[in-house]
Amino acid sequence: MKALVHITLKKGVLDPQGKAIGHALLGLGFPSVGDVRQGKFIEIELAETDESRARDAVKQMCERLLANTVIENYAIELRP
Amino acid sequence: MNSAVIVFPASNCDRDAADALAKVTGKPSRMVWHGDASVPDDIDLIVLPGGFSYGDYLRTGAMAAHSPIMKDVVRRAKAGTPVLGICNGFQILCEAGLLPGVLMRNANLKFVCRPVPLVVEETQSMYTRNYAKGEAITVPVAHGEGNYFADEETLDQLEGEGRVAFRYVDNPNGSARNIAGILSENRRILGLMPHPERVCDPLTGGTDGKRLFEALL
Repeated sequence: MKALVHITLKKGVLDPQGKAIGHALLGLGFPSVGDVRQGKFIEIELAETDESRARDAVKQMCERLLANTVIENYAIELRP
Repeated sequence: MNSAVIVFPASNCDRDAADALAKVTGKPSRMVWHGDASVPDDIDLIVLPGGFSYGDYLRTGAMAAHSPIMKDVVRRAKAGTPVLGICNGFQILCEAGLLPGVLMRNANLKFVCRPVPLVVEETQSMYTRNYAKGEAITVPVAHGEGNYFADEETLDQLEGEGRVAFRYVDNPNGSARNIAGILSENRRILGLMPHPERVCDPLTGGTDGKRLFEALL
């Protein structure tokens, strides 16, 4: 099983990198660009076939290391 | 006073900290490798030094906060052993949950490396008791991720409990409420982004950091 983890900054947390990317996209001639937020994407191979056990494990990984929940949210997607 | 400096892979201010401590205490500081299981029993002060531990992978301080030695550092800190975290050390203390909040990327995305004026906000601590309240001192910073962030409630609590130790006069990184350094609830843990160990000798540009180490004696 594979876990796909998206880590994003919480609403209200300043994201200067996202802002800089947004400015660059506008500069490249994409006038439709609005707010840009940058995050992280982590792929984890898991030796686990049970989905709920896999989800529990990845949730713990996020809480303990992958995300800093003071500033970040995480979303977990599992693929067989 | 017996001090220990924890050495992580890519710590780069460990020897500066050890040198400052040795000069003030008259005793060499113990260098403790991050892979060790424990800090020696006779240690009265643990220092987490500046640097770029684990290459700042994932988040600054995130990997170091889970290195083997940190279990014992957390245990000792909770039992009352003073812990001083400078720069990367401050980031590690936050990631380890010994101090609240987090150090984020500098608001202007630039690495800032220069002496900055600070105000000593709080003198009721073993680290800051040799300064005068409101005193202006100059201490260098050198970081790309020193932008202190915590929710409003936590910030109010830090201010209300007199736990903001140092504040920037001219905020170099976007830190909430100009915070440069904070104390733990028991006031025995200090985390700060500026480097007091770099200003303990006129040869390196100043001596405003020396009183912080002298205060620990």
